[in-house]
Amino acid sequence: MIKLEELKKSFLVSVWFMFLTFPIMVIRVNPIEKVVEWRWKNILIVGAGSFFFSFLWRYLLLRRETGRKKMEAGEIEKIPLSRRILTEPKMYIPALVCIAVFASVFPFVFSIYQINIMVTAIIYVVLGLGLNIVVGLAGLLDLGYVAFYAVGAYSYGLLNYHFNLGFWAVLPIGALLGVVFGILLGFPVLRLRGDYLAIVTLGFGEIIRLILENWNEFSFGPSGIANIPRPSFFGHQFSLHAATVYIYFLMIALTLLTIFVVNRLQNSRIGRAWIALREDEVACQAMGIDKTKTKLTAFALGATWAGMIGVIFAAKTTFINPASFTFLESAMILSIVVMGGMGSIIGVIIGALVLILLPEYLRAFSDYRMLLFGAILVIMMVFRPQGLISNVRRTYKFEGR
Amino acid sequence: MDYFLELFLGGLTRGSIYALIALGYTMVYGIIELINFAHGEIYMIGAFTALIVAGVLTFWGFNHIAILLLASIIAVIYSAAYGFTVEKVAYKPLRHAPRLSPLISAIGMSIFLQNYVLLAQTSDFLPFPSLIPDFKFLEPYSHLIRPPELVILLTTAVSMLLLTLLIRFTRIGKAMRATAQDRNMAMLVGINVDRIISITFIIGSALAAIGGILIASHIGMINFYIGFIAGIKAFTAAVLGGIGSIPGAVLGGLVLGWTESFATGYVSSDYEDVFAFALLVLILIFRPAGILGRSTIQKV
Repeated sequence: MIKLEELKKSFLVSVWFMFLTFPIMVIRVNPIEKVVEWRWKNILIVGAGSFFFSFLWRYLLLRRETGRKKMEAGEIEKIPLSRRILTEPKMYIPALVCIAVFASVFPFVFSIYQINIMVTAIIYVVLGLGLNIVVGLAGLLDLGYVAFYAVGAYSYGLLNYHFNLGFWAVLPIGALLGVVFGILLGFPVLRLRGDYLAIVTLGFGEIIRLILENWNEFSFGPSGIANIPRPSFFGHQFSLHAATVYIYFLMIALTLLTIFVVNRLQNSRIGRAWIALREDEVACQAMGIDKTKTKLTAFALGATWAGMIGVIFAAKTTFINPASFTFLESAMILSIVVMGGMGSIIGVIIGALVLILLPEYLRAFSDYRMLLFGAILVIMMVFRPQGLISNVRRTYKFEGR
Repeated sequence: MDYFLELFLGGLTRGSIYALIALGYTMVYGIIELINFAHGEIYMIGAFTALIVAGVLTFWGFNHIAILLLASIIAVIYSAAYGFTVEKVAYKPLRHAPRLSPLISAIGMSIFLQNYVLLAQTSDFLPFPSLIPDFKFLEPYSHLIRPPELVILLTTAVSMLLLTLLIRFTRIGKAMRATAQDRNMAMLVGINVDRIISITFIIGSALAAIGGILIASHIGMINFYIGFIAGIKAFTAAVLGGIGSIPGAVLGGLVLGWTESFATGYVSSDYEDVFAFALLVLILIFRPAGILGRSTIQKV
């Protein structure tokens, strides 16, 4: 039974939001034709929507509070289904087989359009996994991740244009350039605390984009580079359809490699050092971990993946320009990591697939895509900071006699 | 010499706008140690509200002065309301969360507000009406300073003076300073910290709205994206002067304004934004505490 008190609260919230959104949602002025358009319908939507959402908001806040109290009281949570699928071999082996079969028959069943969308989604999976090393594991908020992606893409575009280098030759060069830029950026900013680091990386990302946009002699400015060749197979050039399928399998292979590497890293000495650094810098240093080296490795490794994916992105689209590497792109990759669950590999994969595929298939939705990303960042932080699938921490059980 | 003076005044105007927006960052950071990413968006919403109100009032046939006053007042009120709401929705539930959480939430809020304006209004650049009237007495100097620039300088100076008086001499100002020094202690002596934080957001947002209206009528064009660049630049100004310090924000704003003005005047105008970002990166690397800031010692 909903109490009168609650109704009153929600009513006030809804009135407040109707007031708040009134000028921007209702009135639209066209200063050139001197017409004012009044869209009264919108205010009803806002009113009804905020009335409903305020209930949901308070309910979720309440649940968060009771959850916290239970945790403090030491009550053990039920192991959720998602966790059980991940940890019990009886459940995850069939799931893996299903995914593997689906992934391998996918390009032969669906059209080229579908394959292209899937490749885009997988590109974001790998980018998310790369950023996950920096943000999720090492806890360094990098808002300029897209800069390394741009470095990779432009290294293929330019090296191909000037020296006619092929895809496979540039792939390692792109990764290497990513590392170089990662270290170049990482070195000076490592002394900075979390939030300053975020801003400097954001500034760095914007600097790279602005240079690409303005330095016409070097990067061909806003018009970008066209006619970048698709990857070849031992000198054999594919047709458009075959090349798409080829890139698809390339991406699948790269994803598997990334998952393998990140998984091994996570449980390695350096991975544990990252997690320790994320949790408490001072304590971590007191344990004898070299802060600078550890942070630099995280930056450089994250940038490697971005550089490599940049090369593949350039090969996939055959056209690059600075507009593909804006801050919103960085924000999108960050949303993927945050939504999936910082530090959790499977979470990031699911996050990327959901956030990229959903707007593609719900076309009516796609205008609201960035709006949704913003809202997801806020809502996830408030209600589920650990993400959809939280990272399973390494635990050691001690069985006493 | 005239060219130098022109650049100097141009930098001063630009810088005082940056300073107005930077004050919001600095005040919020001083109190809850959060980089309020959505601050640039508040400024953008201020400019948009002023545009919309001015458009409607022109349509209804109000006279010039009334439009200027009403549009400014309504824009300031709305920006303050947005600032207040953003704090309540995105930051207040995260008061005790790890440091990274409110920052990510702020980035989300910023993206959300940008796209909200984009979807509800338009993605095109809109011409902003020149609200500021021409002054006769300025005509002899019109090659150096135009009326909008004079108004910007005066408004900024007055706003800053009022803010300083508010923080120095009123009860609320004292409470704000106490909260900035030590939030728990402030709570113990009976300060309603939540209310003080709300008031800080309201004042900061109102200043951002003033900045938004001034710069919009100076440049004459706005779109949903102006908040992002302006926000970053104002943040640069705040860091430059020493984040958390109010005179620092003003100084930082002016330094940044002059840097940009002279760099674009004497070097190249293509890289205007690059100079600002490069300045930010350099400052953070070599003097993270800023010009007037004191470096804090981390205690364990």
